[in-house]
Amino acid sequence: MSETKVENEKITEYMGKRVYDFMRWRKLAAAVSIVMVVASLTALVMNGLKFGLDFTGGTQIEVGYEIAPRIEDVRNQLDAAGYSGATVVNFGSDNELLIKLPPAVTEEQTQVSARDEKASQSIGDKVVAVLAPASEGDVDLRRVEVVGPQIGEELRDDGGLGMLFALAVVMAYVALRFQYKFSVGAVVALAHDVIIVLGFFALLQLDFDLTVLAAVLAVIGYSLNDTIVVADRIRENFRKVRKATSEEIINISISQTLGRTFMTSFTTLLVLWALQFFGGELIHNFSLALIVGVVVGTYSSVYVAANVLMAMGITKEDLMPPVKEGAELEEMP
Amino acid sequence: MNRYPIWKYLLILVVVALGLTYAAPNLYKPDPAVQISGQSSAMTVGQNVLDRAEKALDEVGIGYVGGEVGDKAILLRLNSMDDQLPAKRAIQEALGHSDYVVALNLASTTPDWLSNLGASPMKLGLDLAGGVHFLMEVDTNTIVKTNMEGYVQDVKAKLRAAKARYRSVDLVDDREIVARFRGDDLRDLAVSTMRKEFPQLQLTEGGSGDNLEVRASLSEQEIKQLEDYAVTQNLTTLRNRVNELGVAEPIVQRQGRNRIVVELPGVQDTAEAKRIIGKTANLEYRMEARPDTLVTNKEYFEYRNEQQRQMYGGAWLERKVIIKGDRVTDARVGYDESGFPQVNITLDSRGGELMHRATWKNVGRRMGTLFIESRFVPETKVDAEGNEIVVQKRTDDRKIISLATVQSALGRQFRITGLDSAAEAQELALLLRAGALAAPMYFVEERVIGPSLGADNIEVGVKSVQIGLLAVLVCMLLFYRVFGIAANIALAVNMVLLVAVMSILGATLTLPGIAGIVLTVGMAVDANVLIFSRIREELRNGMPPQSAITAGFDNAYSTIVDANITTLIVAVILYAIGSGPVQGFAVTLSIGILTSMFSAIMGTRAIINLFYGGRRVQKLWI
Repeated sequence: MSETKVENEKITEYMGKRVYDFMRWRKLAAAVSIVMVVASLTALVMNGLKFGLDFTGGTQIEVGYEIAPRIEDVRNQLDAAGYSGATVVNFGSDNELLIKLPPAVTEEQTQVSARDEKASQSIGDKVVAVLAPASEGDVDLRRVEVVGPQIGEELRDDGGLGMLFALAVVMAYVALRFQYKFSVGAVVALAHDVIIVLGFFALLQLDFDLTVLAAVLAVIGYSLNDTIVVADRIRENFRKVRKATSEEIINISISQTLGRTFMTSFTTLLVLWALQFFGGELIHNFSLALIVGVVVGTYSSVYVAANVLMAMGITKEDLMPPVKEGAELEEMP
Repeated sequence: MNRYPIWKYLLILVVVALGLTYAAPNLYKPDPAVQISGQSSAMTVGQNVLDRAEKALDEVGIGYVGGEVGDKAILLRLNSMDDQLPAKRAIQEALGHSDYVVALNLASTTPDWLSNLGASPMKLGLDLAGGVHFLMEVDTNTIVKTNMEGYVQDVKAKLRAAKARYRSVDLVDDREIVARFRGDDLRDLAVSTMRKEFPQLQLTEGGSGDNLEVRASLSEQEIKQLEDYAVTQNLTTLRNRVNELGVAEPIVQRQGRNRIVVELPGVQDTAEAKRIIGKTANLEYRMEARPDTLVTNKEYFEYRNEQQRQMYGGAWLERKVIIKGDRVTDARVGYDESGFPQVNITLDSRGGELMHRATWKNVGRRMGTLFIESRFVPETKVDAEGNEIVVQKRTDDRKIISLATVQSALGRQFRITGLDSAAEAQELALLLRAGALAAPMYFVEERVIGPSLGADNIEVGVKSVQIGLLAVLVCMLLFYRVFGIAANIALAVNMVLLVAVMSILGATLTLPGIAGIVLTVGMAVDANVLIFSRIREELRNGMPPQSAITAGFDNAYSTIVDANITTLIVAVILYAIGSGPVQGFAVTLSIGILTSMFSAIMGTRAIINLFYGGRRVQKLWI
């Protein structure tokens, strides 16, 4: 209530376009972001990610049918019996099937460690008991084995290291092209988005498989893209707009790019909704991760990156280019 | 104003034409087919085999399109995917299992003129089309044996150093070291030395009189650890090899205690895949034996090169191995002054140290490079209960590829010469780079597997992608009208170019991959959205239409470049550091960024220029 005095002095219109006072809510937004990130980290630490079959390995069951079954039917039978997340493929011939079950299912079903060979054996018998009644001929269990993950440990370790390295290079590039305060903003926004997407998956205990990993990587690209577009406008306006405070310039810049931010997010979301609603089970989690990522990414390009700039006290002087560079920019095609 | 020079239009046309050409093969759905080839490569399959196969299909009532007799195999095209497995079974039964290999395949329907240009469709991943499944067993006995052999050498050296004179030190049954001594004091000295130097060995004493023994072996725990290490190491190596081969989206996973599953997408030439996966080449460096070296400490090896073998036969090398291929961190093909292929090797620091220690006091002596190839031959034996069991018998082929005089002490970097051909150098470098197998492996089984997704899932996946695309097109049209049309054309061009480049690179398409492509398309409109909103802004500021177009494109340019380059950096790093699926995604993302920049900046501009350029325009439909 005490801050109303500055209200009437602020720029509310610039170049014929309404300027929204985004930064007025920046403290609230910061609080919201911090709460979300802390909640995500807590979920990640407490629940952990529920890694899918690709990461964990599981139980592999080979069954032989007397009469060749339809693969779709077998999948449905397994689903109905509570073995979700199973993959079923023809193995060598059309009356032999290879069924892979994730360990989580095995654990729920037997209450024993999935690594236990005997436990696996009993899973095999149970699966056959589910499948046999549906087939007119005999169904027999050929083999049950424990399989390791598709993805090596080294991918997880290298992946983590790679991410840190990628962040460092991006920071360097942004610092070079813009200014180091921008690179801090971009990287904080990026970390914010990725942590929240991961936290979302940890909280709801959704399957984190290779497709979701791909989605998280895409979120990185999307988040950066969005942040840089806003940052670019802020840089431009710091050089162009004469009489305005840093806060006003950021407000102007976000308002100017708002249309574009919504349009791009909207078209991307259109694709994702289509994948989500019509795409079937396999890409469900992929699109979900991206939907969360795009929504959070859009929010963070407005309220996280710009917020960090404000907090670091960005000023006109930070962005005044050396004279030469300005001359070059004029000549750009 | 706003006119492009002719060459720019031409450039765009050429790029689009190339894109269409190389993307086109993806429109021709391959026919499901059955491939029949001889069990051995010397066998030819001809028209008579095709006739028998067709007759077999007629009998079970499976329709077929027709067969082609090729150089090495027959391709028999079928009407539907569902017929493949029954057809394979019928033909295999008719032809018999001993002489012919019947495999599923996909027969290309790409027209000849396209294939002649080198255009080929993208391969489909394991989830969409299935592939081949190999089960391999790691020969863990060998790893224990080689480890114990290493211990024999080390034990001898330590005993000599401690002056515990032994009568003999031998390896018994591949698992136990037996050291023999003449007296109590010598044996006690040996036991205390070994206990100190090799705490991991379990020692037992035995024998009597002149023949006192110390038996040393590894604990069960220790052996398990070795085996674990070997399987994990092989797993990593296999992953690297498959990745080096450029087979995208493979599955390599451990199964049970000592088995590894490899699944490769697409039913390809299984013989070729087997050759690379199963290759257990390794290297060893040993000094040439001095003429006075005892026979027990040296071994005779032949040259690998035919010519050298005829001239010199072979050479005696020491039994002691300086280093093996597992110390190699990098291996690249190069050429020496006279154009002969060589492999430039970099060792890890421990390897460099060992190499240095071995060579600095042996300048002037010759050092041999041994090339080791392992082969497994199945052998049928009868076990104690009278059942026939198949045992994989392993033979190691060790041959000298070079024997060169040590000119000076070697360090971490040196080269291997004496290779037969560039292809051989290439293969050796690949195998060394991808890492040596810690233990040999052999194939236990080989099967063709169906798609893991099922037709229903694929259908809905593809449908959702189409709906998403359509929604974006409609949305752009509603928002930006004439400019929306331009953007949509650019989007279509982007899609074609993306598919074309991925086809040229031989990328493998999976369902998440398709979704990824669509996502890049969703994001690709961003560049156009940026440009168009900038044009609208300039118009609102009162700029005349033509200048607004120019200003819009120019001002948005640096934003687009900055945003895309940052993302590209991430993609490149992901590619460099990630492996397998992460790399595949990074490639799609990078290509998507580049093609979208081309189509959204140049393509859209060209269309807009063509439409509005060089005339008076009162109002822009944007």
